[in-house]
Formats: sequence, C-alpha cells, structure tokens
Amino acid sequence: MWTWFFQLASPKWFYQFADKLLPWFRWITLVLFLVGLTLGLLFSPLDYQQGNTVRIMYIHVPAAFLSMFVYVVMAISGGIGFIWRIKMAHVVSVSCAPIGAIFTFLALITGSLWGKPTWGTYWEWDARMTSELILLFLYLGFMALHNAFDDRKTADRAAAILALVGIVNIPIIHFSVYWWNSLHQGATISKFEKPSMDADMLKALLTMIVAFQMYFFTVLLQRIKAEILQREKLSGWVKSRVTNLSSN
Amino acid sequence: MYFNTINEFIEMGGHGFYIWLSYAIVLGLMGFYYIFSKRLTKKQEQALTKFYRRMNSRNETSVSEQPPLGEEK
Repeated sequence: MWTWFFQLASPKWFYQFADKLLPWFRWITLVLFLVGLTLGLLFSPLDYQQGNTVRIMYIHVPAAFLSMFVYVVMAISGGIGFIWRIKMAHVVSVSCAPIGAIFTFLALITGSLWGKPTWGTYWEWDARMTSELILLFLYLGFMALHNAFDDRKTADRAAAILALVGIVNIPIIHFSVYWWNSLHQGATISKFEKPSMDADMLKALLTMIVAFQMYFFTVLLQRIKAEILQREKLSGWVKSRVTNLSSN
Repeated sequence: MYFNTINEFIEMGGHGFYIWLSYAIVLGLMGFYYIFSKRLTKKQEQALTKFYRRMNSRNETSVSEQPPLGEEK
C-alpha cells in the first residue's frame, strides 16, 4: 500500500504523476474560482458594519491561510530532504517558495486595502501584520539563500534549515490575535465552535479557500516539473523525452 | 443578488476602489504566475535541447578542438 508513496521519491515517477494530475487540478481550480467569485461578489450579504469591503475577505483570508500552509509544506519537505536525503523532497520545498511568497504578498496587500476603509489605516505594526511581514522576509530569504550557493546540494540543505528555523513564526501568526492586543480580529472559523459568520458568507469563503488550495497544487506541480527537468538533465529519461519532443 | 444595477456593483457602496483594486491585484498576480509556471517547463525543454546539442557536438569533435572544460556552468 505504501509503495506509491515511496515511488514519489523518484523524479521520473513524480514527473509522470504530475502530468497525469495537472489537467484535473487545472479544471477544478477554474470551476472553484468561478463559483467562489460569484458567491462572494454577487450572492453574499454586506456586513452591517463594513458594508461591501467585507468582500475583500474572500481573497484576503484564503491568501493568508495559504501563505502559512505553503510555508509548513516547504519546511516539512525541506526537513524530510535534509534528514532522509530524498532529493524530490528538496524539489518540492524549493518549488513552494515563490508561490508562498506570492500568497504572503497578496495577504499583506489585500489586508492593507481592507484596512484603509475599515479602520482608517493602511498599516499598523500590530502582532499579526508584523509577523506576516516577517513571513514574507522568510520566503525571500529562503530563495536568496538557495540562490547564493553554487553547489545545489548545499543550497538545498542550507535553505531547508532556514525554513525549519522559521517555522516558529507560523504559530506566532496564528495565535498573535489571542496573545496580544491586536487591531486584527480573532478567528471566526474554529474546529471547536459553530462559526459565527453568516451562512452565505461562509459558503463563499470556504469555496475560495479550497479554490486557492487547488490553485496552489496546480502551480506547484507545474513548477516542480520544470525543476525536475533541470535537476535531472543528465539522466536518460529526460534526454530521450526532450529530444523526442524536439523531433516531433 | 445584493446589487440592483451594474453601477451599484461597480460602486460597491463607495468602496469600489479598494475592493476592485484588491481583486485585480490578486487575480492578476495569480493568473500571471499560473501562466509563468506553465511556460517554465517549455522554456526548460528549449534550454535542454540546446544543452544536449552542445554536449553531442562536443563529443563528436576531437579533444584538441574543444574549449577547455570549466568554461561554462
């Protein structure tokens, strides 16, 4: 039963696996975005305090959630690559970084644009916003550190350590609204209580979160494919694949 | 639906600028990265085709004609 999991460690197998899954991920992502955007922009109510600006929630919350999710994936896969020396794990880790940075940037900028009409300010140095900004620096630092080495194996290992050290930031971001007085609100969706949000709003929000999640998998697999081709360029299967493509 | 006219939809109760700018940046950047990452594979294949061609021509020419190793990354 576990053989398929170990097969993922083979770049060739992973590449073919990615090729098979990508069409599904692409279509599911597109459909979810269309449904989610329709629900969020047209079929969800105004907030009694914020009015229409609450609609920014449908892109801000998914971006913020994914920014943390992707970092955890990046750190865990980096750790797996470091401990068990599985190069595919490093491929996943390195491929996560630019996508995670984009989500973090989007979370920050949509949060900023949401804050101005709602609270009158584009930015506050409160705990959650500051720690999310630090998350962006961690992503950029990861990419810069990886690029700084000529030897790819050393680059992978050093970057993995940075990712693991930075993981403490994730619970800080998550719990910051409880630990410190914050401009930011607390969590509305909790495992333990019924959500306090309107049902139509919740539908739109959950749809958009899953849409962003599927987008992440789509873009990650595309990125991994290119990374595999580059890293495995001296192997027979890549050579025959590329030369067969150019002769077609 | 919570909007009666298209103008209401665009205006968003006065907050249209912030809302539409946010959506434009998010969808624009994510759309761009989707296309960019999709093209990466193709670009990589093109780069590798050139790489293999140079490797092959290096193997076919005699040793004295080849440039010294270590010149290219």
